[in-house]
Amino acid sequence: MNDAIERKLRLAPKRWYLKLTVALVFAAIIAWSSTAVDASGTDSRGLLIARGILLGLVRPNKELLLNMTKQGVAYLLLETVCIAYLGTLVGAIIAIPLAFLSSAKIVPKPVVVLGRAVTMAVRTIPAFVYGLMFIRVTGPGAFAGLLTMSMCSVGMVSKMYIEFIDDLDKKIFESLDACGCTAFQKIRYGIIPQLIPDFISTIIYRFDMNLRDATVLGLVGAGGIGAPLIFAMGAYRWSEVGAILIGLIVLILIIEFFSSRIRRKLARGL
Amino acid sequence: MNLFYKIFKPKRITLPNGKTVLERRSRLPLILFAVLIATAVAIRITGFDPVILAKRIDQFFVILRQMFPPQYNYTSKILSPLFDTIKMSLLGSAVGALLAIPAAVFSSNNITKNRLIVYANRLFLSIVRTLPTLVTALVATYVFGLGTLAGTVAIAVFTFAYVGKQLYEQIETVDMGAHEAMTALGSGKLSAFWTSISPQVMPAYLSTCLFCLEGNVRYAAILGYVGAGGLGIILNEKIGWREYDSVGMILILLFVTVAAIEMLSHVIRRKLT
Repeated sequence: MNDAIERKLRLAPKRWYLKLTVALVFAAIIAWSSTAVDASGTDSRGLLIARGILLGLVRPNKELLLNMTKQGVAYLLLETVCIAYLGTLVGAIIAIPLAFLSSAKIVPKPVVVLGRAVTMAVRTIPAFVYGLMFIRVTGPGAFAGLLTMSMCSVGMVSKMYIEFIDDLDKKIFESLDACGCTAFQKIRYGIIPQLIPDFISTIIYRFDMNLRDATVLGLVGAGGIGAPLIFAMGAYRWSEVGAILIGLIVLILIIEFFSSRIRRKLARGL
Repeated sequence: MNLFYKIFKPKRITLPNGKTVLERRSRLPLILFAVLIATAVAIRITGFDPVILAKRIDQFFVILRQMFPPQYNYTSKILSPLFDTIKMSLLGSAVGALLAIPAAVFSSNNITKNRLIVYANRLFLSIVRTLPTLVTALVATYVFGLGTLAGTVAIAVFTFAYVGKQLYEQIETVDMGAHEAMTALGSGKLSAFWTSISPQVMPAYLSTCLFCLEGNVRYAAILGYVGAGGLGIILNEKIGWREYDSVGMILILLFVTVAAIEMLSHVIRRKLT
């Protein structure tokens, strides 16, 4: 029996040259990219700080963590959730017309190319640049933060929408047509039921991401938990850093648990 | 949700032939009500005001208009940090993706039989995943000093957590038949894994890594804001000096780079699957 195995093994396609090329290319890329790493800024203080952060996580500032006023972690987290929630909502609504305008099933090709270029350009501008632009509109605070979040969501959400619209099953539409449905009925029973679960799933997923990204907003003064975190770090107050990080981690874990449950339900059908 | 159906009894419909059928009440009103309440609370807390938005929205375009026409002769100074950004994301993605392999193997319950190890690893992966990339970068700049090393570490950590989760989910759904056959024939754990499981998960793994790389290039551009090297540093600097035409040039080059990498990875990923 062993002979049979050996013979079969020898029949395996020998593609070592291909594997070697891939490995060489990979190694070359790694070598090339490691030239950028510059560790000159690293010194022994780093270890001290790492220890400080770990100690802060173990011994968080309980007063800050359990404080229920506007400076407490709980309120800051609530504010962050609200920014992410409204930002996602606004972004998801803006993305709907954008997605329909760049779907190959609905508009002609040149419009599609233009629409996709616009969504990609929207996605390229980093969050803090949007933050600065919106602070001019609304002044610093949570309002600017939520507008920034919505602009950041538009790119990804509309990209996902486009895929779902392109996947629409046209047969349902035709059969509704054959039954003599009106245009409104065709949209209500032919399009909306197909799109809604996927759309909502996308929105919930993006809400998850926005909650994480909302810390970026603190950098430009657009509200949320980012700013206190950065200040605490800059001042080496590790117990406060620990308190904020613990709050953030727990919040994100809870939200992720619920959002993945809802998304699983949506994928299987309610 | 069962409680809901107990309170709102299903609607009884009598068909023309005398039979009665039950139709469950729609949950839409309840969900809409919850969404409305949440929206109202969020509007109160964030101070969302459409009037201000409508009145002052032209301010949004002030900076945008100043970005055009972009400062073309600034290009030569952008290229080096741009390549730094690309290198940071390449190296960070590669390191993170490689580290993710053992973590994923130890968190998939069809390979690792010890429940404790599986759950400990999964918990670790999800805690690392909750850390926003920018926070990781911020911590990294404090620990490793300002510079590209901090950015690379932040990207590696993010990639590790993301790829690790995707990979263990893929490993858990593989067909274990080949693996069983290999072990039955007496091959060791490592060679059984290498010959029977890795070919099944490899395309999906590589595709995940490439997808992650795409996002990382975008992230790497932001990380400079906290001093973690790359394009973000000059971006931050130019914004600080209000030289928005240079900012426009940086963004255009970033756009071109991201588009090129996305296209390349799309082509490779389509071949993989």
